[in-house]
Amino acid sequence: MADLLQVTNVSKNFSGLRAVADVSFSVPEGAIFAVIGPNGAGKTTLFNLIAGVFAPNSGGIQFRGDRIDRLAPDEVCRRGIGRTFQLVRPFLGLTVEDNVTIGALLHEPNPNAAMQRAHEILSQLGLFAKRRHLAATLTLPDRKRLEVARALATGPKLLLLDEVMAGLRPTEIDRIVEVVRKLNSDRGITVLLIEHVMRAVMSIASRVLVLHHGAAIAEGAPETVVRDPAVVRSYLGEEAL
Amino acid sequence: MIARLLHGVPRHALLLLVLMLAVLIAAPLFAGDYLLTVLILILYFAYTGQAWNILMGFAGQLSLGHALYVGLGAYVTAALYVHFGIGPWVGMPAAIAISVACGASIGFLAFRFGVAGVYFSILTIAFAEFARIGFDHFAWVQGSSGLFLPVANYKANDIVNLRGQPVMFYYVILAMTVVAFVICHGLLRSRVGYFWQAIREDEFAARSLGIATFRYKMYAIIISSGMTAPAGVFYAFYYNNLFPEQTFFIVRSIEIILGPVIGGVGTLFGPVIGAFLLTGLSEGLQNLLTAYGVDAPGVTRLFYGFCLLLVVAILPNGIWPPFAKVLRLDRLHDKSET
Repeated sequence: MADLLQVTNVSKNFSGLRAVADVSFSVPEGAIFAVIGPNGAGKTTLFNLIAGVFAPNSGGIQFRGDRIDRLAPDEVCRRGIGRTFQLVRPFLGLTVEDNVTIGALLHEPNPNAAMQRAHEILSQLGLFAKRRHLAATLTLPDRKRLEVARALATGPKLLLLDEVMAGLRPTEIDRIVEVVRKLNSDRGITVLLIEHVMRAVMSIASRVLVLHHGAAIAEGAPETVVRDPAVVRSYLGEEAL
Repeated sequence: MIARLLHGVPRHALLLLVLMLAVLIAAPLFAGDYLLTVLILILYFAYTGQAWNILMGFAGQLSLGHALYVGLGAYVTAALYVHFGIGPWVGMPAAIAISVACGASIGFLAFRFGVAGVYFSILTIAFAEFARIGFDHFAWVQGSSGLFLPVANYKANDIVNLRGQPVMFYYVILAMTVVAFVICHGLLRSRVGYFWQAIREDEFAARSLGIATFRYKMYAIIISSGMTAPAGVFYAFYYNNLFPEQTFFIVRSIEIILGPVIGGVGTLFGPVIGAFLLTGLSEGLQNLLTAYGVDAPGVTRLFYGFCLLLVVAILPNGIWPPFAKVLRLDRLHDKSET
């Protein structure tokens, strides 16, 4: 399969702190690709580089064959990359359906049609019943699903999910794992996710990249990566084996 | 077009609107001269509040200098009329163009270079102040000694030149307010309106959804400044005199925003309700005091302050939202019900 996203020797410094150091990897089209690593490893910074929030100090990022590492976040989204935020940021003062409609309006200029589209996505994510609620009244798990719905509404080829399972109960995790799996299999959306919940990573990721102190220390199939001694030492701990 | 505007608006909301409009249209039949001038003032604030609300209520950019656009609209048309005999309706496009040019320049400076939040508000004050000081020394429009429109005792109403009796001005400002209301209603349910609300709620998240925030904020200030200018045209031809110290004064800008703030920022009815309540009550208060022989200058400002305190403390979202709930109009923008 062709590579949808290619990250080549990307580095990012924040006044002396090397947050991402010379990281390279590619995400094949149709994959569910996980980035794991301890807190402060540079996972979210890597996401922000891909999403156009920051420009890398060096290296390049290609999406569907085009350089995107100098584009603004809105242009990156228009190219087909949707994202969620680790600390969720739904439009709190708007209803659930309005939140998702705004995403859908990117490619569907007619508000009524965009609302229809939003309703389909909300049904898929099990939020349809709460469509008239203000986003501010939702619980954390619902807000996380709302973020996924909103990003999904922009019609992405690649979906960046930043810890959408953190802080959720096991049943809620299973639910969102199922959603991600379905998006991937039914709609062919490639998924790049940052996750700490190893159980989820092991069950859905086709490939895993491990970051530590900003550098990639391992990459491969989930079963192989979790047995990698460097990964065990830096992140998982001996008891994980 | 009309079908699209009415789409999804509940029937009882429509009924209420038609009723309100009917009362306002019939008002000159039973209102005396004084009441009519109060109504004109109310509608003037409803109109300017509506225009200001596009920038702040919809797109979340707090302008504290909307007197600039009123003043430009007023001065441009008044000067064209006084110097060249060009009527207000012909002069209005020029007034709008100049107002929009100023609004767009301020917007470009602010939004392009990341001047946001309080700093944006300060920038808008600064430009209104520039205009105030500039017009004070602008000899072509008589500087600080004021620009006066020729006045006579009008027996007939000349709508082309906006010369006539209060009742004509009343219908002009009523029509303007209705048009502004309809435009805002259309904007709020359009794609632009959704994007504005996204920017208002969380600009960073809006960008990550592919919204070109700079462009949409520019649309907001362009439409808002362009819509404010005709209020200036009305102001000039209704009051017949313009002084930079009054027209561009920051208190004029604050008066514009009080209505929507008290009525409900970001709502369609907020600016209208706010204008009725504030202006209506303060005029009533003044009359009451006069009737009891109490002479208290500045009492309206004190009253404004009191209202603002009350609303901020008890109803931070304004008076309209709880009203809307009671009247079951809070789903006015429900596009899903067909």
